[in-house]
Amino acid sequence: MASLVIAEHDNAALKDATHKTVTAAAAISAPVHVLVAGENCAAVADAAAKIAGVEKVLLADAPEYARQLAEPMEVLILSLATSYDAILAPATTTGKNILPRVAAKLDLGQISEILKVVSPDTFERPIYAGNAIETLQAPTGKKVITVRTTAFAAAAEGGSAAIEKVAPTADPGTSKFASEALSKSERPELTSARIVISGGRGLGSKENFKLLDSIADKLHAAVGASRAAVDAGYVPNDYQVGQTGKAVAPDLYIAVGISGAIQHLAGMKDSRKIVAINKDEEAPIFQVADYRLVGDLFKILPELDEELAKRGTK
Amino acid sequence: MKVLVPVKRVIDYNVKVRVKADQSGVDLANVKMSMNPFDEIAVEEAVRLKEKGKATEVVVLSIGPQQATETIRTALAMGADRGILVKTDQAVEPLAVAKILKAIVEQEQPGFVITGKQAIDDDANQVGQMLAALLDWPQGTFAHSLELGDGSAKITREIDGGLQTVEVKLPAVMTTDLRLNEPRYASLPNIMKAKKKPIAEKTPAELGVDVTPRFKVLKVSEPPKRGGGVKVASVSELVDKLKADGVI
Repeated sequence: MASLVIAEHDNAALKDATHKTVTAAAAISAPVHVLVAGENCAAVADAAAKIAGVEKVLLADAPEYARQLAEPMEVLILSLATSYDAILAPATTTGKNILPRVAAKLDLGQISEILKVVSPDTFERPIYAGNAIETLQAPTGKKVITVRTTAFAAAAEGGSAAIEKVAPTADPGTSKFASEALSKSERPELTSARIVISGGRGLGSKENFKLLDSIADKLHAAVGASRAAVDAGYVPNDYQVGQTGKAVAPDLYIAVGISGAIQHLAGMKDSRKIVAINKDEEAPIFQVADYRLVGDLFKILPELDEELAKRGTK
Repeated sequence: MKVLVPVKRVIDYNVKVRVKADQSGVDLANVKMSMNPFDEIAVEEAVRLKEKGKATEVVVLSIGPQQATETIRTALAMGADRGILVKTDQAVEPLAVAKILKAIVEQEQPGFVITGKQAIDDDANQVGQMLAALLDWPQGTFAHSLELGDGSAKITREIDGGLQTVEVKLPAVMTTDLRLNEPRYASLPNIMKAKKKPIAEKTPAELGVDVTPRFKVLKVSEPPKRGGGVKVASVSELVDKLKADGVI
């Protein structure tokens, strides 16, 4: 049959997480269809139609999908479910919120955060905060899956899928959007940035955390944080990298003043190159680092900033 | 309003997990077990609701072997009123957990269910959403803060871009994120008191739920190891290396 990918977007732009989920979907059951549900989101559907390997884009454009709340999204996806072997969403907070509802209503277990498609019914996924990898075989029949997007390459551009409008389904009317407070940043998004620089408790304060900014600007990097730094109030929750925060796998990850708790390592150890800067030579972060710089971060950060200014970056 | 808090007994947060040599699972023999940390936050939130006069009774439920009673006792010592153990020695998949919880909800008729957003063993992040769907209730997942009203709740959620507040009609399910509250330590007198609080025992079969696993775990393996890192002596040496690698 086919697989259905739930698009990740903000009504204006399609997110890269969708392209990565398409790659996973194509390995399970082709052709791939993409559902774009939102409000005034035709541009997103146009973008989804250009992903190579996508045969059809389903566009559900209605006010009740503006925030992709789980309750109306569940009903919409269920109305489309019969035509598909597999229903997939990126393991973002949106996908994780919606998809288990769909699975339960279909009387299916969900396969969460797959890292690899071993075969169309067998998958690898992390358990115990990434300290173990489970290889799981699903029973025959439909599959409901969320995808750890850092583990899959993005599907290329170059497709020209048809866009088909689908009728909105009845809103259960049990939930409504009230407000949001989104972090505003000119920097790239944490999960898709080529370089990430993250700070931990070692930074010591909200003010000191800003020491990372100038370096991040020079490297065009996103700024992340350990759970300890978020809990201490240095930065908002959406900075958190780790098993319970965001998983990232950039070309370069720079960990500053992060000791390297297991749950933090789970969210970044797939990065291509890892630099750790820490004064404690025994810190667990050094076990996953390609380059270890031991010393006082308050001396090292200004030096690094100056060195980058002097020698330039890509 | 009655609040139901499902909790799970899991390997303790601080234990270093070891994969068994035969790849059949992780080694749980003689390992310290505790309440799933996200569920501790759920118990704390429910107890606070009771202390504020918004909840009338806090019922804690766990699905697992006889030892899961210890996890229920921990919640009772934190201030929950009574417990339910749904006893099974089988590992129960999230969908079956949600079905058991649905059966309990139908018996107990709570107005609000609070549970952890995920358990730190299987990291599935499914049960709360599945339970809400099976009951046709709304949900507020990954909760950062809660304002419980009369017929509705305002739940602020930790989302990828920041925070989002949704208003859900009651009854509803809420799943907790890390920063909702800081769970209390039970005092000795409360630990003693908890020993006298009632814990009812049921089985999945009595609730009409088949817990036979549907998925087959083919193996559990160690994650790929990174290695071969080098120590650099200075910032300029670090920049040299990163330039040579072509990453900056």
